[in-house]
Amino acid sequence: MTTQHAKQVQQEQAYDQLAQKHRPKPKVLANCLKAFFVGGFICIIGEALNMLYGKGFGYPKDVASSMTVATIVIITCLLTGFGVYDNIGQWAGAGTAVPVTGFANSIASAALEHKSEGFVLGVGGNMFKLAGSVIVWGVFSAFVVSLIRTLVIMSIGG
Amino acid sequence: MIGRTWEFGPDTRVLASAAVGGPMESEGIIGKHLDHTFDDLYAGEDTWEKAERKMLSTAVDTAIQKSGKQQADIGVYLAGDLLNQNITASFSAQKLGIPFMGIYGACSSSMLSMTIGASFVNAGYTQYAIVGVSSHNCTAEKQYRYPTEYGGQKPDTAQWTVTGAGAAVVGKANTGPRVRYATIGKVMERGVKNPFDMGSAMAPAAVDTIISHFQDTGRKPADYDLIVTGDLASVGHPIARELLFQAGYDMGEQFSDCGLMIYNPDQETFAGGSGCASSAVVTYGKLMQEVAKGKLKRILVVATGALLSPVSYQQGENIPCIAHAVSFEND
Repeated sequence: MTTQHAKQVQQEQAYDQLAQKHRPKPKVLANCLKAFFVGGFICIIGEALNMLYGKGFGYPKDVASSMTVATIVIITCLLTGFGVYDNIGQWAGAGTAVPVTGFANSIASAALEHKSEGFVLGVGGNMFKLAGSVIVWGVFSAFVVSLIRTLVIMSIGG
Repeated sequence: MIGRTWEFGPDTRVLASAAVGGPMESEGIIGKHLDHTFDDLYAGEDTWEKAERKMLSTAVDTAIQKSGKQQADIGVYLAGDLLNQNITASFSAQKLGIPFMGIYGACSSSMLSMTIGASFVNAGYTQYAIVGVSSHNCTAEKQYRYPTEYGGQKPDTAQWTVTGAGAAVVGKANTGPRVRYATIGKVMERGVKNPFDMGSAMAPAAVDTIISHFQDTGRKPADYDLIVTGDLASVGHPIARELLFQAGYDMGEQFSDCGLMIYNPDQETFAGGSGCASSAVVTYGKLMQEVAKGKLKRILVVATGALLSPVSYQQGENIPCIAHAVSFEND
């Protein structure tokens, strides 16, 4: 049984080696550079908006940053609805996936996709199909990190 | 039957075939061979699912019309698609009103339905059968991957599901391309789990079927004017060629892939086309016409299918694949 399994693993590895020759190489460096510049560009827009709302319109700092996030989310949803965001995302990769744009797009695209199944089971039931995972594990990670922080402070301070 | 290959009688032939496509397909190199194209992914319907169904119905209606037969002459409608519970095929059958059998072989459904249709005709259960398949880029993405407007980056090994449908009337006749051999595929996998790399996953199944076909029939690659795989595209097809070479078969220039015969190189389709419609639009739109005219004397269509589901790959299982081969001949 184990030798059979080992043989299978060996066969799979041999096949993977052969297949790998014909697979296009992932463009890691180009993708990193694109992600760096596009992500950075989105942050510049965010920073400019933040300054506009804060210094320009005189909103308090926390209100201004909420308005900045809301503006970026609205722009992303519009680009998703017009069908151009997925093309930008394919080009920019992590550059658009990591900022709040990626989160907004995952919700807007799922809502659009499932609209034909109705507003309750379709849009409502599927909007967080992709984003739900980010929320669940984001909240959980925050819990773990804050637990560690609390324990560290207790052990040092106590 | 010889091994895994069935031989049909000389009067089992394709009477007519038809192919339809969506907007990208009409702009691609296959465009001029399509009987009907839709310049909108919705095809005038309110959902993509209905659009796909309309494309299948159009292909079926056109094929019947071209065959000169009446719906009442046709004993059975065999169809398949990629959607859960085969809804495109069965809903289209409701409208058509021909006795129906739904089939599923993922993207190998084109040649699976042709094999079964030819078998029924050859056995005398029916004089004529209509076979058809469809796929739609948006319905397939929605079911297998992410929402179509989701901006996640896909790797270059990914493929582009073809939007379209193909259908053929097979029956007892004296003229038209003969359906000679069908080699039935075995389900197999070589450890590929990545649903964005279907070409690598499916290549071994195609190779296995092609080798069996040569062994069973005593033919060799040069006996065919064209051997096409269904949707291995630019990653899977060279893998298949290399595996066949290792097995002693030099496939030569006439070995190609339907997924590479649909779009222009400047259309962004990653490694190439995939889906049930990939082999169907090329075979039923272009190749069958060329066999009928005698431009191609003998062709072998090896439709490849990845038999995964979103659940199976999320549970970490390998992607099992299959390939069915059918030869069409002008004699």
